[in-house]
Amino acid sequence: MTIATLPLQNDDDLPPRRSLSRIVLKRLLTKPAAVFGLVIILLFVAFALVPDLFSPHDPYAQSLIRRLKPPSFLDRGVDGYLLGTDHLGRDTLSRIIHGARTTLLVSLFAVVVSAVVGIWAGLVAGFFGGKTDAVILRLIDMQLAFPVVLLVIAIVAVVGPSLTNLIVLMGLSAWPRFARIVRGSVLSVRGLEYIEAARSIGAGKLRIMLRHILPNILSAIIVYASFELARMILLEATLSFLGLGVQPPTPTWGGMINDGKNYLSISWAVSLFPGVAIALIILAFNLLGDEIRDALDPQLSHD
Amino acid sequence: MTAPLLDVKGLKRHFPTESPLFGAKRFVKAVDGVDLAIGKGETLGLVGESGCGKSTLGRLIARLDEPTAGEIVFEGRDIARLDDRALLPVRQSIQMIFQNPFASLNPRMTVGAILEEPLIIHGKGDRSKRRRRVMDLLGQVGLRPDHVDRYPHEFSGGQRQRIGIARALALEPDLIVCDEPVSALDVSIQAQIINLLQRLQRELGLSYLFISHDLSVVEHISDRVAVMYLGRIVEEADAVEMYRRPLHPYTEALLSAHPEPDPLAVSREIILEGGVPSPVNPPAGCHFTTRCPYVQPRCSETTPPLVDHHPGHKARCLRLDEIEGNRLTEGARTVEHKS
Repeated sequence: MTIATLPLQNDDDLPPRRSLSRIVLKRLLTKPAAVFGLVIILLFVAFALVPDLFSPHDPYAQSLIRRLKPPSFLDRGVDGYLLGTDHLGRDTLSRIIHGARTTLLVSLFAVVVSAVVGIWAGLVAGFFGGKTDAVILRLIDMQLAFPVVLLVIAIVAVVGPSLTNLIVLMGLSAWPRFARIVRGSVLSVRGLEYIEAARSIGAGKLRIMLRHILPNILSAIIVYASFELARMILLEATLSFLGLGVQPPTPTWGGMINDGKNYLSISWAVSLFPGVAIALIILAFNLLGDEIRDALDPQLSHD
Repeated sequence: MTAPLLDVKGLKRHFPTESPLFGAKRFVKAVDGVDLAIGKGETLGLVGESGCGKSTLGRLIARLDEPTAGEIVFEGRDIARLDDRALLPVRQSIQMIFQNPFASLNPRMTVGAILEEPLIIHGKGDRSKRRRRVMDLLGQVGLRPDHVDRYPHEFSGGQRQRIGIARALALEPDLIVCDEPVSALDVSIQAQIINLLQRLQRELGLSYLFISHDLSVVEHISDRVAVMYLGRIVEEADAVEMYRRPLHPYTEALLSAHPEPDPLAVSREIILEGGVPSPVNPPAGCHFTTRCPYVQPRCSETTPPLVDHHPGHKARCLRLDEIEGNRLTEGARTVEHKS
């Protein structure tokens, strides 16, 4: 008998091949909350990608005759302006649709920036431990102790508001939370035998971090990123509301709420609908994040 | 006598405990002065109860941990204090098989990737050569070629341990530290894995340091056996000799507690009093004084050396000659037959 043909017991009981991402997706699609979140997110992503396809009007077209109109389905509403108009007579719906691009772009890149910085910081802190860990933890504490909005006000006052500055600032304000999540996950994986095994075959520190630790904590990072995206959308809206974000006349949801705040007593619609848009997308990301977390739960993966 | 493949001298590993607010820093003396040697093609069994430091000793020899003191001479070179870079060539020669096959394989890597990784790290061959080597390894450990693209979670415990063994073989090592390689497996699977390890040893001329708390597995696979208690080797002998004629009172008790498969045998189990003392604060002198049935005041005064009592049979006990004399006169073998 040759070695290669040695019989092996129990070798026919291997389960059929299933990829994890397919299982997760399949599980997500059976959950109403996840589907709801996914639909909302896809809708806004479509708005952001091709706003002209959806918006009924030019978001910049002003008309003083039809300013501060209520939604078209109410009294005094004007046909064709579904969600009414703002103080310059611009169509609110069109501006919400066009505003999705700025909001999603800024939030997404801010999350990417914070994830890149935070993942590295967390990996290094968790993997090396000791003094390195202590230093990074103190940096995290310092950053978290500093109010984000105050920081952005101070820095934007110096460098001026721009899309890039906004993304970088928002990203840097959020890295400590990422770093903490990643650090915690690294600590839970670092002591496992397959990390020892990687060391025993001579794998370097970088290889262990990137090939053995990172892939095994990625699901935690993905879940956290979806929550962080919601948080970033809110922060972007806050900064736009304060006039620190992308500057007018570019439509942003926060800026639109700000535009309407002086007219709340005569036309609440101007501020309400961008607010609804913000609430909807945040809800959608949170629902999706929750459901992804459940779907990735290893306790459920054997059903 | 030719130089052994591995020669460990005075090896120590002390882990600092949480430092107290006042007073001296304290240490867990997990490994506290171990000497042992393994020859080419030889299997040294290392037994002892939980917490005696046998796994730490294995990790030190595989250089997954830094020794506090002592030498690990491998092929004539002390590797105890080499840094990661200098260890890289050594890691080719000393590999490790881990206890838990459910934790020792990266769940995000395919079997092929797991087996190929050591080859990549050590720059062995190009892509196609590495692929061929991976296939050979699968065959050597009794897995099928089509298993190569599967993930660890698709396999049973025994199959996973085969993957772990294949990974250890990938770099063609001389010495494999087997840290309780079958403890996590079903008994029927244990036998398969033990047979596989023995076959690989014959075919590839491997040396094993076989760490286990399972006395019968160690008896079966080992050429020589070392018994560890509280960070020290207390007895070392040829496997047959050790099981037939244990010298140290601890070994005697350990073997007597072992179930005897022969239904006609009368077992005289020696029940040890108390538990294992804390390795932070081990008893003075001989570490076994707190539980030894033969203890005398002088046992706490000096640390007995590990010396030959019979040719090739070392033990660490001051009263060995007296105890052995007693045993022989009383006929107090731990196991004897009725007939």
